[in-house]
Amino acid sequence: MSRYLARKLSIYLLTFFVAASIDWAIPRLMPGDPINGLIARIQADPTAAQEMHGYYTESFGLDEPLWRQYLNFWLGLAHGDLGPSIAYVGSSVSDLIRAAIPYTLALLIPAIVLSYIAGNRVGALAARRKVLDNTALPVAYVLTATPYMWLALVLAYFLAFRWEIFPISGAYDFALQPAWTWEFARSFLEHWFLPFLTLFLVSFGGWAIGMRNLIIYELEADYANYLQALGAPNRLVRKYAYRNAVLPQMSGLALALGVIVGGALVTEIVFGYPGVGTLIITAITNRDYFLLQGIFLFIIIGVLIANFLVDIAYVIVDPRTRTGLQGS
Amino acid sequence: MATVEPQQETVVAGAVVAPSVTPQGRRRSETLYFAFRNKKLVAGLSLLVFMLLFAIVGPMLTDYDPFEFYDAFGQPPSKEHWFGTTAPGQDVYAQFVYGLRSSFIVGAVAGSVAAAIGMAVGFAAGYLGGIVDDILSILTNVVLVIPTIAVLIIVSAYLSVGSLLWEALLIGVTSWPWAARAIRAQTFSLASRDFVSLARLSGQGPWRIIVKEIAPNMSSYLFLTFILLFGGSILIAATLDFLGLGPSEVMSLGLMLNVAVSNSALVLGMWWWFIVPGIGITAIVAALYVMNVGLDEVFNPKLRRT
Repeated sequence: MSRYLARKLSIYLLTFFVAASIDWAIPRLMPGDPINGLIARIQADPTAAQEMHGYYTESFGLDEPLWRQYLNFWLGLAHGDLGPSIAYVGSSVSDLIRAAIPYTLALLIPAIVLSYIAGNRVGALAARRKVLDNTALPVAYVLTATPYMWLALVLAYFLAFRWEIFPISGAYDFALQPAWTWEFARSFLEHWFLPFLTLFLVSFGGWAIGMRNLIIYELEADYANYLQALGAPNRLVRKYAYRNAVLPQMSGLALALGVIVGGALVTEIVFGYPGVGTLIITAITNRDYFLLQGIFLFIIIGVLIANFLVDIAYVIVDPRTRTGLQGS
Repeated sequence: MATVEPQQETVVAGAVVAPSVTPQGRRRSETLYFAFRNKKLVAGLSLLVFMLLFAIVGPMLTDYDPFEFYDAFGQPPSKEHWFGTTAPGQDVYAQFVYGLRSSFIVGAVAGSVAAAIGMAVGFAAGYLGGIVDDILSILTNVVLVIPTIAVLIIVSAYLSVGSLLWEALLIGVTSWPWAARAIRAQTFSLASRDFVSLARLSGQGPWRIIVKEIAPNMSSYLFLTFILLFGGSILIAATLDFLGLGPSEVMSLGLMLNVAVSNSALVLGMWWWFIVPGIGITAIVAALYVMNVGLDEVFNPKLRRT
C-alpha cells in the first residue's frame, strides 16, 4: 500500500516540477517582453518609460542569467513568493490568490462530492429501471454536454433575473461585511447556491451516465452470470456490480477534476463570484501575467492534492492495492 | 469526458467472434441492421447531421456579416434579424452560424491531432513495452494530471492565439493523454493474441503489425475515442473563447458568450444573445456523446439491450 502511494506521489512531484518549470519558461520563451507590455499599459513618456523598464527588469531579476532566474524562481516559490500583481497595484500575487481560494473551494468541494454521490446513485438506478433509463439518461446527456458558463447564464437568467428567487451576482450582499452572523451566512448561502447548482448539474450528468454504463458492463461479467446461475437474488448481484463499478468511477474522478476546476472558473465569471475565476479574467484583461502564472501554479497544486486524496480513497476501497497486487 | 469512455470489452467481442464466424459482407450488413435499430445512434447522428448542415448552409442564407454593426440595437428575434441583434447592433443569427462552423472546425482538427498523438503514444507504449512503455507512461501520467484548461490559459495568454487552427492545434496537443492510456491498455491486451504472435513469427516488423493487425481490430474503439475527443475539444475551445483567449477575428460560439457577458446581456434581459450560442454547443456535443454510446452498443453485442 505504501509502495502504491509512494509511486503515485513521485509522479505528482515530477508533475509539479514539470508544471512549475513550464510556468517559469513560457513568458521567457514567448516573443515579446512582458515588461514592455506592462509599461505600455501605464503610457508613460519615453524617458520615464526607459527608466521604468530598467527598474522593473532589475526588480523582477530579469537582467540576471537564465539559470540564476530559474533558481530564484524556485527559491521564491519555496517562500510562497509569487511576485507583485500588476492589475492590483500594491498587492502581492499570493495575497490575492489566498483571498480568492476560499470562495472557489466553497463551490468546488460540495459540488464535486455531492454530484459524485448523487450521479452514481441515479446512474445505478437507471441501469436497473427502464423508466428511469429512458427519462433521466437523456437529461444527463444534455447536462454533461452543456458548457458550464452557458448553464450558469441560463440559471441566472431564469432563477435570478426573471423570477428573482436568487441574487444574480457577488458572494454576499454589498451592504454586509463578512462576519460570523446569521444574516451574513444567509446572504452567503443565497449567493452561493446558483454557482454551486451549475457545477453540480453538469458533473452530475457525467457521473450518472458513467455509472449506468459501467453497471451494465459489470452485469455481463462472468461473476455476475455465475451468481445468477447459482440463484442468487438480483439485489445481491447488483450490489456486487455496483462495488466493482465504483472503482473505475473513482479513477474517473481524478481525471474529471481538471474539467470541473475549469468549469468553476467560468461559472464564477458569470456570477461575478469573487474566486479564482474572477481573478483570472481580471488578470487576462489587464495582461497581469504574474498573477496568471501564480494562479496556474495554485490550480496545479490543488489538483495534485485532490488527486492524491482520491488515490488514498482508492486504496481504502480497492483491497488489491493494499496487498501489493496491481489495482486499477 | 472520461466518464463516458468506451469499455474494454468492445474490442474483444468484435475481434474474436466476428471475423472467424461470419463472412465479411454479412457482418457489415448485420452491423448496419443494428445501427439503424439503435435509437441512440439514430437520434445522435440525426442531430449531428442537422447541426452540420446548419453550419454549412446557414451562412449562405443570410446577407449579414457576423462582425458588422447594423442599425438595430439589442432587438429581440424578428423578421429582419431572425435571432435578434446584440446590444451594439450585430446580427445574432450570422454570428451563430459562423460560430457553428468554427466549432466543427476546431472539434475536427483538435480531435484529429489528439487522436493521432494518443494513438502514436498508446500503440508504441502498449506494443513495444519495456523501457518505451515506462517512459511514455510517465509522460502520459504527467500530462494527464495537469489540467488542460490551466495550461491552455497560460499558453494562449502569452501567445495571443490568432487563428482557429492554432487554437485547435493547442487543444489537440494538450488533450490526448486519456486517449493514449486507453489505447495502450487495448493494444496491450491485443498484443498477446495468437494472430499477433503469428504475424510476429512470420517476421513482420512492429510498425506493420500495429498498422495491419492491431489497429484494424480495434478500429471501432479508435472511432469512439475520436468522437469523444471531438466533443471534448469543442467544449474546451468554447471555454477558451469565453475567457477571451481564442482568436478574436474569427466568430465562435464561445466568443459570443464572452461578449454577451462583458456587455451584461444578462441584466439587460437580452436572452437571445446568450441562450442561442449555448444551444449550438450543447446540441453538437450532446449529439456526439449520445452517438458514442449508441455506436458502443452496435459494436458490442453484449450491450444490445432491446
